[in-house]
Amino acid sequence: MKPLWLAVWVTACAAIATSPARAHAFLDHAAPVVGSQVRGAPSSVTLWFTQELEPAFSTVKVLDTQGREVDRGDKSVDPRDRTVLRVTLSPLAPGTYRVVWRVLSVDTHVTEGDFTFTVVP
Amino acid sequence: MTHSSVLSASNMRALPIRALSIFLVLVASMALAIPAYGHGFVGKRFFPATLVTDDPFIADELSLPTISYFKTPANGDEPATRETDFSLDVSKRITENFGIAFGASYVQLRPDEGERQRGFDNVSLGLKYKVYQNDPGEAILSVGIDWDIGGSGSKRVGADTFSTFTPTLLFGKGFGDLSDDMKYLRPLAITGTVGIGIPSRTSTSTVGEDGDVSVQQNPNTLQWGFAIEYSLPYLNSNVGGTGWSPMFNQLIPVVEFPMTTGLNRGASGTTGTVNPGIIWAGRYFQVAAEAQIPINRATGSQVGWIVQLHFYLDDLFPSTIGRPVFRN
Repeated sequence: MKPLWLAVWVTACAAIATSPARAHAFLDHAAPVVGSQVRGAPSSVTLWFTQELEPAFSTVKVLDTQGREVDRGDKSVDPRDRTVLRVTLSPLAPGTYRVVWRVLSVDTHVTEGDFTFTVVP
Repeated sequence: MTHSSVLSASNMRALPIRALSIFLVLVASMALAIPAYGHGFVGKRFFPATLVTDDPFIADELSLPTISYFKTPANGDEPATRETDFSLDVSKRITENFGIAFGASYVQLRPDEGERQRGFDNVSLGLKYKVYQNDPGEAILSVGIDWDIGGSGSKRVGADTFSTFTPTLLFGKGFGDLSDDMKYLRPLAITGTVGIGIPSRTSTSTVGEDGDVSVQQNPNTLQWGFAIEYSLPYLNSNVGGTGWSPMFNQLIPVVEFPMTTGLNRGASGTTGTVNPGIIWAGRYFQVAAEAQIPINRATGSQVGWIVQLHFYLDDLFPSTIGRPVFRN
């Protein structure tokens, strides 16, 4: 690669790296931890994403093994940190629960996923 | 790139054997051509862009550069040759389900005997259309056609003077629907392709200065291959939190199997490579590296390599060049 083209390429890469771009929102981590066992019933499920979310189009539900919704239906995006999506829970009995989420990042990309956690006494 | 071979008129009876030899080098080269392929989502599954086998995704993206090295074996009068390719590939969505692609490579050949050659290989154009997608099943199916434009590259590096059209079926499948007792296999996914390379001329003949006739048979070829990947992002988000740093959670180990099989005109047998490697998928780009292990002596006898920097234009420029030209 000749020096001029190399310079153009490096400049373009630098421009891309510093651009105010947005991307798909991936789930970075969650509480309870994805696939984990927790002692005692958690009071909420919190999801941390890699991108800021659009609150109106980002949802999370928690279902029991019969598919019944056990969250309080009060999902919200944290106004101080828009990468965080949270929902509070009704008191949970021991058992396995599925968290189903679907979010819209601020650039209109949709991503979705689900995972389980297990409550043990 | 392709290689030609010179036959004297009195030696034409040897054509089938020579044609087979030429074919083996031809298909080895085709198997090692370095297009770059799309990334995409199906349901909760993210598929990264693979390096050497096509996949079914319609995407806005740019590979710059892709650099590969491979040594092709000696064949008849032709010495073993070290080939280094520097490639650019770009794809663009016209609609959500239909896209176009362009690819070009600068080739450097270093034969064991003879002069070093440099030049551009033929450019390629491609069309792809997504015909089926099943989000819960993480399944996708597309059809496409590639046009390797004959005569657009340099003869010094063996660019074909004829075109090759390759209609192709492309598929992808994630295994997120496996049962709980196999949950650690859910991050697995496969993408693959089956196509037929059809040259625009069945043979090419040239007459040298000494009157010798050069004849090259151009067989139809089965272009097939697949990639198996294990997604650590999928493992972390949908199966079990790894607790690892984001750097490791964005790794996707992959093994690709690009293959070519001769179908006619004295050609038979399969050449190709097994490519174990790793992809790191970031927010706006991915970087990848793979080894290229030849499956037989007709393909080569040394391990090659390939590296790539690949940009997700739909994430970088979602409101301009990173979106379909025509939106629903």
